[in-house]
Amino acid sequence: MRQLLTEIRIAGFGGQGVILAAAVIGKAAALFEGGYATMTQSFGPEARGGSSSAQVILSSEPILYPYVAHPDVLVVMSQEAATRFAPELKPGGILITERELVRVDNYPPGVRVYGVPATRLAEELGRKVVLNIVMTGFFGAITGLLEAESLRRAVADSVPPAMQKLNLQAFEKGYEYGSNLMLQMGANGNGNGDPVLALESA
Amino acid sequence: MHADPKGVLTGVHFLDGDHACCEGTLAAGARFSAGYPITPSTEVVERFASRIPTVGGIFIQMEDELAASIAIQGAVWGGAKAFTVTSGPGFSLMMEHLGYAAMTETPCVFVNVQRGGPSTGLPTLPAQADMMQARWGSHGDYGIIALCPNSPQECFDLTVTAFNLAEEFRVPVMMMLDECVGHMTEKVVIPEAERIQVTPRRYTKRQPADFRLYEPLADQVPDMVRAGEGYRFHVTGLTHDDRGYPSMNVETQDRHVRRLQDKLKPLANGRALSETENLEDAEVVVVSYGITSRVAQRALQLARQQGIRAGKFRLISAWPFPEARIAELAGRVKAFVVPELNLGQMVHEVARAAAGKAKVMPVTHAGGGVHPPETILNAIVEAVR
Repeated sequence: MRQLLTEIRIAGFGGQGVILAAAVIGKAAALFEGGYATMTQSFGPEARGGSSSAQVILSSEPILYPYVAHPDVLVVMSQEAATRFAPELKPGGILITERELVRVDNYPPGVRVYGVPATRLAEELGRKVVLNIVMTGFFGAITGLLEAESLRRAVADSVPPAMQKLNLQAFEKGYEYGSNLMLQMGANGNGNGDPVLALESA
Repeated sequence: MHADPKGVLTGVHFLDGDHACCEGTLAAGARFSAGYPITPSTEVVERFASRIPTVGGIFIQMEDELAASIAIQGAVWGGAKAFTVTSGPGFSLMMEHLGYAAMTETPCVFVNVQRGGPSTGLPTLPAQADMMQARWGSHGDYGIIALCPNSPQECFDLTVTAFNLAEEFRVPVMMMLDECVGHMTEKVVIPEAERIQVTPRRYTKRQPADFRLYEPLADQVPDMVRAGEGYRFHVTGLTHDDRGYPSMNVETQDRHVRRLQDKLKPLANGRALSETENLEDAEVVVVSYGITSRVAQRALQLARQQGIRAGKFRLISAWPFPEARIAELAGRVKAFVVPELNLGQMVHEVARAAAGKAKVMPVTHAGGGVHPPETILNAIVEAVR
């Protein structure tokens, strides 16, 4: 049976673009795929360097309860976020990490872990700041929750015109890395190479 | 009349409640805001400050909330539609001038994005504990209107409504958001300007010689004038007669203060804004508002699945309180369940209106989060037992 409601948490340091990554995902679902999306966020009093976490719920029905307790998908960009949130994942859920910033060993049974060197890929584009969009592209390829095209439109819609090209490149970097990883895992018998979740559109 | 297209950001957006509220002020025609930014309401004025130069208007970051809440009233008498934005600690400081707006019948909007209190409390977390303060926070007797949106879309829609009601009844209108709704991001559809109704200011058509500043019309509301158009007028917080001059005696006080409450009667019941569901066969009714009404909706679904005849009464206009409607329901239901993010505020109004004819059960929460739906469900189950 296809999933009707998917709960996602994205977490990292303040300044890494956690909220923007969540907004892109929510926007892709709510504006470009006709579904429902609710994003909430929590942050410390600091503007930079503190912890930052956003929650997005995607659904084919109106969303009533706005918070996420046990996400289906967790995206972490800092060790602190991983340590804090990985144990809360739903058993069998998906854990997506910034592979070079995060080491995880404590998560519920059946969780599948996928890593991407997002900071390094962003640096290859000359701007570390787009690591959040690299993560978003990777998220798109791994989860298959949303059409790549909807996510691209949401990226373009969420950044200033002068930054669109760079951000779309960052998205492609992450998406390509994720697609290749899924293919490899399929070839190694670790999976069938298909994206691991599917959201029924409304 | 319809909205001025200059202020209307027509389109489909992904906005949080604070930003949507700001777009509501612009669509409603607000061209002046004064504020002293405070979490979790800052985004409303932050957006206004960046949008207003292109729309044409003024934002002033004031020295404090007292100044902000009176600057907007100067702007209103100068002809602008105006509002201020705050949260708990700032709302407390604004109470003096909220009373001034009520007394002088200055149409304006106060946006309060509620956070946990008392005092500094929980700056980044939700509560609904300013509901009684919104009604009774300033000294003396007066009436106000308070609206409670439960989504970013409603933060837009109801902000427009808030300005319209302020103009129609000449009262300060409170937009009672909570941190959760203010910081929650969802799809927001902003229609074309010609599809947004805005209520123009009720300017008098009389000549200066025939005009009396506080002479009530048939709806108990007086018409206004704009400064600088030849009308001599005097606006004072002292008790004043129909001419607007201080008249401090029992008769004037009685007539004026009663009218400040009575002019809102149509809104108390007939025109009260609410959302109801399954009231026909309900044996228990959940009365809720703001973010809690969404969580309560989930609890209602679960209750119905268990075969409990549970109905919904969502307060959209919490003040004036829809007393007659609750009283009518009290005659035919077993119980009311009233969840709110405080230790019991609107529940007292429900109990007062129910007048002992139905059980009234509060579901309290000190703030900082929302109720788990199961907690409200348990109260529903308990109520019908």
